[in-house]
Amino acid sequence: MRPLIQLRDVWKVYHLGDVEVRALRGISLDIRAGEFLAIVGASGSGKSTCMNLIGCLDQPTRGTYRLGDVDVATLSANERAAIRSRRIGFVFQNFNLLGRTTALENVALPMIYANVPFAEQHRRARELLAAVGLRGREHHLPSQLSGGQQQRVAIARALANAPSVLLADEPTGNLDSQSSIEIMELFVRLRWQRRVTIVVVTHEPHIADYTERVVTFRDGRIVSDLPQVSSRHAPEAARG
Amino acid sequence: MNLLWMTVVTALRALRRNVLRSALTMLGVIIGVAAVVTMVSIGRGANAAVQREIQSLGNNLVMIIPGATTASGVHMSSGSAATLTVADATSIAKECLAVSDVAWAKRQGVQVVYGNQNWATAAQGVPPAYLSVRDWRLSAGRFFDQRDDAGANPVAVLGQTVVDQLFAPGEDPLGASIRVKNVPFEVIGVLARKGQTAWGQDQDDVILMPFLTAERRVLGTQILGTVDMIVASAATADALPKVEPQIRTLLRERHRIPPGQDDDFTVRDLNEIAEASKNASAVMMNLLLSVASVSLLVGGIGIMNIMLVSVTERTREIGVRLAVGARSGHILFQFLVEATALSLVGGAAGIVLGIAATRLIAHLAQWPTLLSAPAAAGAFLVAGAVGIFFGFYPARRAARLDPITALRYE
Repeated sequence: MRPLIQLRDVWKVYHLGDVEVRALRGISLDIRAGEFLAIVGASGSGKSTCMNLIGCLDQPTRGTYRLGDVDVATLSANERAAIRSRRIGFVFQNFNLLGRTTALENVALPMIYANVPFAEQHRRARELLAAVGLRGREHHLPSQLSGGQQQRVAIARALANAPSVLLADEPTGNLDSQSSIEIMELFVRLRWQRRVTIVVVTHEPHIADYTERVVTFRDGRIVSDLPQVSSRHAPEAARG
Repeated sequence: MNLLWMTVVTALRALRRNVLRSALTMLGVIIGVAAVVTMVSIGRGANAAVQREIQSLGNNLVMIIPGATTASGVHMSSGSAATLTVADATSIAKECLAVSDVAWAKRQGVQVVYGNQNWATAAQGVPPAYLSVRDWRLSAGRFFDQRDDAGANPVAVLGQTVVDQLFAPGEDPLGASIRVKNVPFEVIGVLARKGQTAWGQDQDDVILMPFLTAERRVLGTQILGTVDMIVASAATADALPKVEPQIRTLLRERHRIPPGQDDDFTVRDLNEIAEASKNASAVMMNLLLSVASVSLLVGGIGIMNIMLVSVTERTREIGVRLAVGARSGHILFQFLVEATALSLVGGAAGIVLGIAATRLIAHLAQWPTLLSAPAAAGAFLVAGAVGIFFGFYPARRAARLDPITALRYE
């Protein structure tokens, strides 16, 4: 079967003044639909750059990136926005919820840009908040929620338009260990329940333990790509 | 529609989030719009007042007064020559096609006595047609007719001011006997109040009597049939421009004035006075409108300034919106709507303030004012345009942000 995400010899080169920064140096990576994988590496290893590329926030300097049957490298900014809207969900380290906006409205935000009818927005947002365990908190503001709860709202928002890929950049980086475990278990459950492909960027090995494949970056290259045999990403773990 | 609605709600929320800052930002627009609304109201009120006063003199009137005399080379004041006659007036009525009605008056300052009261006023000898030409009405009694005139009957019609001065409140002046220059007169009518002219003359301080009565019994004359003033009304408003040349040609012919010599009379078109006052208020209005537009301009710059601050403050939010699928057009639209909402709310507040200021001025200064809906609507739309114009640059800056940079912005 053809992979959902296909990166081939992808380079990303920035220019910071006179200095040339080679963030990615010819990486190739295939991710099948439904996979749950972790991208690990030290900071500056290129893992975040890679995730921005996969998330269509950025474009490669060289190489090709196919998402499903679309060659992303050739798309305009608006076409990439359309892909982000329908096929990709982002979860950030610092949650990035809109302040002074209720949990429900935060979850509805991507649906506004996808032209989902108003009533449907609210219905789906309620359903998603319930799915991440926040039933009854629909009208709380981010400032009234704990870090773990805010990240759950962010995950619900990322799932708003039923994307095929969920990209999480250090999703537990701002959370205590108990909340981190809850968030990762939520990912495991969502992955089985919603058949969504999940890519988690992290530098914490025990977070990577929840995934079934670990891709390690160093200096803009992939240095290892190993399947994980662990019980944590199994569906039983999600039930437990 | 959905997106538009959400964008408007978001914009209004963003404004409400920082009420003081929004209010201060709007101040320029508020003052600009309020100034337009107030100034146009005052200008229109003044214009309407002038128009009313011109109307009160009579419709489409032309006034002819005798020219200046020359006594041993010294020019006397205009109207001092006895060059106009009743015959001039009747021939104007007959010969000038653009003229529909003509009346004339002989006028003199007189002392009026009733019982132990007396009052100095102007007595005017006029034909019975005078009232209709001047578009004047009676509040009581009757006006004198052809018979009174032909018989030089001692009957008088009083202006309200004269009534107020001579008679006690509630006393009926009709049938009373008054003395004008020691000649006894019977009061047969009272004129309706007409008020002041635009130049502050009390039109009600007058006694009207039949022309012949005035000439023969009261005012006296050196040459029979001379008059101090002829008023002619144009058949229609359109005919008014033709009235003056027709009268001038006729009177020059009648007075046998050779070409090249000055007229011995003056023809004055009352609408010219109205035009002049209109022009003066137009100049004033333009001046104030330019002040208002400077205020709107400053208000627009204020909006641009605060929108730039807002874009910087909300860089992360913009990044999030872009990440969840907003196109740059959505971001542009959102900030444009916010800028426009600022200016439109300011515009609405300006209209309210303008109406309040107009009321206050009308109340305190007793100026006539007339609110203008088109002016208010126009000012409101201009305010909206200011918001769009000055909001565009900040909005474009927001829309051009790179999503990754925006998301990382601290």
